[in-house]
Amino acid sequence: MSEGRPDILSSNQSLLSGATTSPVRKIGEGLIQFALFLCAAVSVLTTIGIVAVLLIEALQFFRDVSPWDFIFGTKWSPLLKPQHFGILPLLCGTCLVAAGAAVVAIPIGLCTAIYLSEYAPKWVRETVKPLLEILAGIPSVVYGYLAIVFVSPIIRSMFESANVFNAASASIVVGIMILPMIVSLSEEVLRAVPRSLREASYALGATKLDVTLKVVVPAAFSGILASFLLAISRAVGETMAVTLAAGATPKLTLNPLESIQTMTAYIVQVSQGDTPAGTVEYRTIFAVGLTLFFTTMLMNILAQWVLRRTREKYE
Amino acid sequence: MSASEPSMTISTDNEQSKVVGVSTRLHESSDRRPKLARSSDELAAARSKISVSNLDFFYEEQQALFDVTLDVPEKCVTALIGPSGCGKSTFLRCLNRMNDMIDGTRLKGKILLDQEDIYRPRTDVVELRKRVGMVFQKSNPFPKTIFENVAYGPKVAGIRKRSVLREIVEHSLRKAALWDEVKDRLNQSALQLSGGQQQRLCIARTLATSPGVLLMDEPASALDPASTSRIEDLIFELRESYTIVIVTHNMQQAARVSDQTAFFFQGKLIEAGATNTLFTNPEKTQTEDYITGRFG
Amino acid sequence: MSLHATKHRRWSKFLSAAFATVCLLALLSCLAALVLLLWQVLSHGIDWLSWDFIRDLPSRFPAKAGIRTALAGSLWLMGLTTIISVPIGMGAAIYLEEYAANNRMRTIVQTNIANLAGVPSIVYGILGLGLFVRFMALERSILAGALTLSLVVLPIIILASQEALRAVPPSIRHASFALGATKWQTIWHQVLPASLPGMMTGIILAMSRALGEAAPLLAIGAVAYVPFVPSSLSDEFTALPIQIFNWSARPQEDFHSVAAAGIIVLLLVLICLNAVAVFVRYRTSKQIRW
Repeated sequence: MSEGRPDILSSNQSLLSGATTSPVRKIGEGLIQFALFLCAAVSVLTTIGIVAVLLIEALQFFRDVSPWDFIFGTKWSPLLKPQHFGILPLLCGTCLVAAGAAVVAIPIGLCTAIYLSEYAPKWVRETVKPLLEILAGIPSVVYGYLAIVFVSPIIRSMFESANVFNAASASIVVGIMILPMIVSLSEEVLRAVPRSLREASYALGATKLDVTLKVVVPAAFSGILASFLLAISRAVGETMAVTLAAGATPKLTLNPLESIQTMTAYIVQVSQGDTPAGTVEYRTIFAVGLTLFFTTMLMNILAQWVLRRTREKYE
Repeated sequence: MSASEPSMTISTDNEQSKVVGVSTRLHESSDRRPKLARSSDELAAARSKISVSNLDFFYEEQQALFDVTLDVPEKCVTALIGPSGCGKSTFLRCLNRMNDMIDGTRLKGKILLDQEDIYRPRTDVVELRKRVGMVFQKSNPFPKTIFENVAYGPKVAGIRKRSVLREIVEHSLRKAALWDEVKDRLNQSALQLSGGQQQRLCIARTLATSPGVLLMDEPASALDPASTSRIEDLIFELRESYTIVIVTHNMQQAARVSDQTAFFFQGKLIEAGATNTLFTNPEKTQTEDYITGRFG
Repeated sequence: MSLHATKHRRWSKFLSAAFATVCLLALLSCLAALVLLLWQVLSHGIDWLSWDFIRDLPSRFPAKAGIRTALAGSLWLMGLTTIISVPIGMGAAIYLEEYAANNRMRTIVQTNIANLAGVPSIVYGILGLGLFVRFMALERSILAGALTLSLVVLPIIILASQEALRAVPPSIRHASFALGATKWQTIWHQVLPASLPGMMTGIILAMSRALGEAAPLLAIGAVAYVPFVPSSLSDEFTALPIQIFNWSARPQEDFHSVAAAGIIVLLLVLICLNAVAVFVRYRTSKQIRW
């Protein structure tokens, strides 16, 4: 059409045949899309891989050990004779640490979130949030170090019966680890509560406390709950701090001053030893891993379901 | 160059024809012409560039256009007017298949561009969009330099030679009446331009792919009056070389720039005709009510 | 107004202020935890930090122990993990944001990615043990470690990249399509450059994570004592967090201080990484305003 333009731009080709480069271009576009699709498929394959690896080895394990004994047995000693394969002590240890972490992190985390969303001026929020990100970014092995060097000695000086390795010190540092998660997620849902709801309440003469506790927190409750679930799931899966601080003695106890063992710490213990592959001892880590995977998965799915529902409510 | 298309006049600037390197036919400079809309006779005589017949358009289950039939004459400005939500933007976006990108849209009917059905299954949408350029309501320059913005279309079409690209960029910027303002800062970010300049840059960017048709979706609605009037002047000049379809909210604007006006209401094309006739002597009462400001 | 009413008001005002104070204290205790942690590490480790510490090989004696192999291993791992996971993660994000139809399948994949982000890293270690170490027979090699870590960080990269892609205004895509660009041309020339700074933040987050992770490496059988710097993909390796773990687990006080020195090095590398992220964000926030 226009003179003075290079040929390639003169659009005199038929729309139906397309440009001369069209077939090459179309194949190229298709190949790229396929490659990108494969990338996305990796994430799905990862999940399938996790489930497959865990299931295959765990099923072998359950040929030697009855699932009944595994789930309800109260003694865990696969590496010592006589062997016992009851996972309850490991579950108990995991729950003890996770519950302890929740006791530490939930009140502090929720109050911090409330302060940041309802009280803090903008500059405080903008200063504190990056600091919390730092706290969240510190590797978990550092928290383990802190538990051993700092927290455990303090606990032992307060309670004479406390073991060098104890659930309490692990709980405290894991609590600190999951704090930033609770704060940022809760703060997000608190701030999502519409202004109109707050203003309606202020207009009726309520104090800030009334508005916060009777209007804002209840409105954001399910989202806050989801943040707790995600954080506790993180505590359940936490490995390094509990391996370092909580000990290596599987025990069915609720006493936080005792040395215990969590599922994650057990997996580390076996993989650091030289248990030969193919033995029932080796396969225990897959059975324990499977239990761990499903526990955390359930909590995560539940949390995401709750979160999605609350987000929809205000959108 | 192409036999199927009547040759288009290019800039009157002699110097530029040297730059471009191909002979250009001189034409009376458009800015010396009085601004006059084409008469209905002229419109009737013009070749039909786009021909839409019995177009129905659906978003999911909601029908947005009902049985629209409209001819767009070549090298004329066609204005689409009507209250918001009347389907005029949807109609515009059917013409270069931008609606394809929205999930769940369906279309019935025929749209011919130069006698070719653009919705036939084998249509090359990419090629179509090179031939039917589009300028959006809000200026949307790429966050790159001015040069990169204009050179983008030719580049994705496969032109690599820097000298050719430079020619196209200059040519397009001149046509969009932006060259003098930006020639010394082609390598600056396009986001530093003013709103009106950005919109003219977007027009230049569209011209760089040598489209035969320009679709404009309320191109001046976000601009101040001075910038608006520059864009309107530009549209009037571009009419000499391009077929232009413009959506506008502003009836004065439609009256000022267009040769043909089509009035849409609730997804239906109520009336279309030469702008002079439609504004002075509308056939339908709905049209009259709208242009006299009784609703919308 | 009755006296009773005034009293009630004063009481509720007091309560309100008390609550605000409690919340502020909670916030301060978060910050205190951070300060305490850093102070503990610094006060124990700073004296042990020296060039020799960085140059030396691991040793049975705290005074001679160094992190040369661990640091080299960590850098190797981080580099390899980035090379493996970044293209895949960005590719997946591009597919999900730009190509995938908005249907059930996409929802499932998206939910799956969110869930993967919550899977404990040790579980990835077990996957790595079963898949890379045993099934693919890579043994305890640095490649097996990097592949495992890549799976750990993949969800982080995908989610961050998706967010960055969503932040690019649709008008940019429309403009590009309207000029006759193909889908991939639009993505390559417009969408990717515009979203790269946002993606960088996610990538650096992922690299930090890969640098600090020890659990999956322990699960695939990585050990602390490796007396040589890795020189090929099939070499055995150790990493900073593993070395720190090993030192912290020993009973001798001196080894705890060596661990603290190791932590300082680890945190320094992390700070450098994040400084890059902050710099990138700052530069682009100046350049691009939509």
